[in-house]
Amino acid sequence: MSLLSDLINLDLSETTEKIIAEYIWIGGSGLDLRSKARTLPGPVTDPSQLPKWNYDGSSTGQAPGEDSEVIIYPQAIFKDPFRRGNNIFVMCDAYTPAGEPIPTNKRHAAAKVFSHPDVVAEVPWYGIEQEYTLLQKDINWPLGWPVGGFPGPQGPYYCGAGADKAFGRDIVDSHYKACLYAGINISGINGEVMPGQWEFQVGPSVGISAGDEIWVARYILERITEIADVVLSFDPKPIKGDWNGAGAHTNYSTKSMREDGGYEVILKAIEKLGKKHKEHIAAYGEGNERRLTGRHETADINTFLWGVANRGASIRVGRDTEKAGKGYFEDRRPSSNMDPYVVTSMIADTTILWKP
Amino acid sequence: MSLLSDLINLNLSESSEKIIAEYIWVGGSGMDLRSKARTLPGPVSDPSKLPKWNYDGSSTNQAPGQDSEVILYPQAIFKDPFRQGNNILVICDVYTPAGEPLPTNKRYNAAKIFSHPDVAAEVPWYGIEQEYTLLQKDTNWPLGWPIGGYPGPQGPYYCGIGADKAYGRDIVDAHYKACLYAGINISGINGEVMPGQWEFQVGPSVGISAGDEIWAARYILERITEIAGVVVSFDPKPIPGDWNGAGAHTNYSTKSMRENGGYEIIKKAIEKLGLRHKEHIAAYGEGNERRLTGKHETADINTFSWGVANRGASVRVGRDTEKDGKGYFEDRRPSSNMDPYVVTSMIAETTLLWKP
Repeated sequence: MSLLSDLINLDLSETTEKIIAEYIWIGGSGLDLRSKARTLPGPVTDPSQLPKWNYDGSSTGQAPGEDSEVIIYPQAIFKDPFRRGNNIFVMCDAYTPAGEPIPTNKRHAAAKVFSHPDVVAEVPWYGIEQEYTLLQKDINWPLGWPVGGFPGPQGPYYCGAGADKAFGRDIVDSHYKACLYAGINISGINGEVMPGQWEFQVGPSVGISAGDEIWVARYILERITEIADVVLSFDPKPIKGDWNGAGAHTNYSTKSMREDGGYEVILKAIEKLGKKHKEHIAAYGEGNERRLTGRHETADINTFLWGVANRGASIRVGRDTEKAGKGYFEDRRPSSNMDPYVVTSMIADTTILWKP
Repeated sequence: MSLLSDLINLNLSESSEKIIAEYIWVGGSGMDLRSKARTLPGPVSDPSKLPKWNYDGSSTNQAPGQDSEVILYPQAIFKDPFRQGNNILVICDVYTPAGEPLPTNKRYNAAKIFSHPDVAAEVPWYGIEQEYTLLQKDTNWPLGWPIGGYPGPQGPYYCGIGADKAYGRDIVDAHYKACLYAGINISGINGEVMPGQWEFQVGPSVGISAGDEIWAARYILERITEIAGVVVSFDPKPIPGDWNGAGAHTNYSTKSMRENGGYEIIKKAIEKLGLRHKEHIAAYGEGNERRLTGKHETADINTFSWGVANRGASVRVGRDTEKDGKGYFEDRRPSSNMDPYVVTSMIAETTLLWKP
């Protein structure tokens, strides 16, 4: 089928100025990614130069059939690692024809938080550790696990190598390069504690771009698993029992935290987060109660506690930060299926804007 | 088999001026595409410079054995994405040796309508949304569907991604680039509501070229599925039951509709279409009664209705057009196996030439 790959890999820039733009949006479940492509007359690098578009919201659970148009607004551009050339990905958010954000559009409210002058002044940075599980197609059992059974207990798999310890590295490595190519600020990858589970990190990203980059990285990952014929899961506890869940630990700092005396600012911020623990937990992802049990490197979902180098806490402060008197901290509560727009903006809102 | 692909991909321009021209025509069923190739002494970009040709019409149900020659008249040239270089695809229509169009030659009559001064003056634009279904070879069951069973119900597949939601993207993406390479005005692609079903759009194309481009795009698509070992179906309702059918929604505008005050022209045009509903339906594709049921985003075949943003209507007007007071409208009635020469010319004829 090499002729098929020849066609897929055609470099069109030799025959036409036209480019292909893949518009990406989030569907009705709040986690399902959708996309479709259109031809544009020439290269574009600025989202504000891209046309708005629309899609059939009645097919994604976002509009009724007799009034089905949902409008997508281009918000961020990335290079398309599959089509390459001058072809692009466009991360969008969704609005009614009247210009109102639809209920599943979490970006709109996040963008408002991030454009508040007090938040802008603090230049909030995010480093998000996205965990995920790879599953065998049709049976939805983790990749590499024997069908009808279980692999040996956790221990050898975290950052492991070898055919009996690392399952699906092809997907992880191609994702890493594809994201770098696309212009996503992907900072690293590692094999996780549960076999078939992996993690990539994106950051540091400023404000709203953290959410844009995570969503596009998720999109690229699912396009790659599609090619590999493997199913991608962001479920926070894919296998019950003595198997780790999957989270999206969110590292955070503000300008004040990064400067001398920042450690005090960090302590105050953590205190505020503790006062809104229930509200945050409610917004940190569906099914998180199956993951946050107090075991498997999590804190119990009903408890808020923090500590230096403590992976069993809700919030962990690194030893470096404690030693330097400034730095960042890690909110370990968000689940792998969290919405990064919601989590990042909520952390900024609670720590910078909210007065207890 | 790398030597085979080396040969297929040979760049002949280094050793010869000669080019290969693939002559394409529509066979006896009105839906089957046929083609054969010939060598020409040098590059050609103007169809009128290409020689007429002939083929064995008794082998395509278009002529009797004792008088089998059918003559091919070259009408449009596209670059050949398979042979590349200076090699070309030639869309032809078919005539008797005496110069009469055969009954299956729908282009001839369409060309007459499009060259009528009243039609030419209105510069009719078409955007055709060609839907199609990919089938597993030998079983003719949709690609990605379990043999002997069904996938989960519709919902996740429209514009979906992932190994459990999108089946056959390789074909779709190869087709997109191949068509752009060929010079076809392909404006976009998307995954459809039924899994294994896809859509590409061609346009805006003026007059007769809409038909030429759709037929060339269909040809390229079937050549690509041939490479992929997959069968392409243009049946309007490939799977009975709670599964969407496949259409060829035809977007249409004239100069008057695109100018200020165009919305009134659009409404008058829709009214005329409503008065000829039965005639249009009879020409809009075989088997359409299995698709146009009033469910699955269609209007019932016996009813003519129109509405803004209404996907359950025969004709849909977009919100943008309503707001701007000018634009275009979408005839949602044609089935995926319609003949674009017939549909485009009939819409022009009814709205521009016909007096009720």
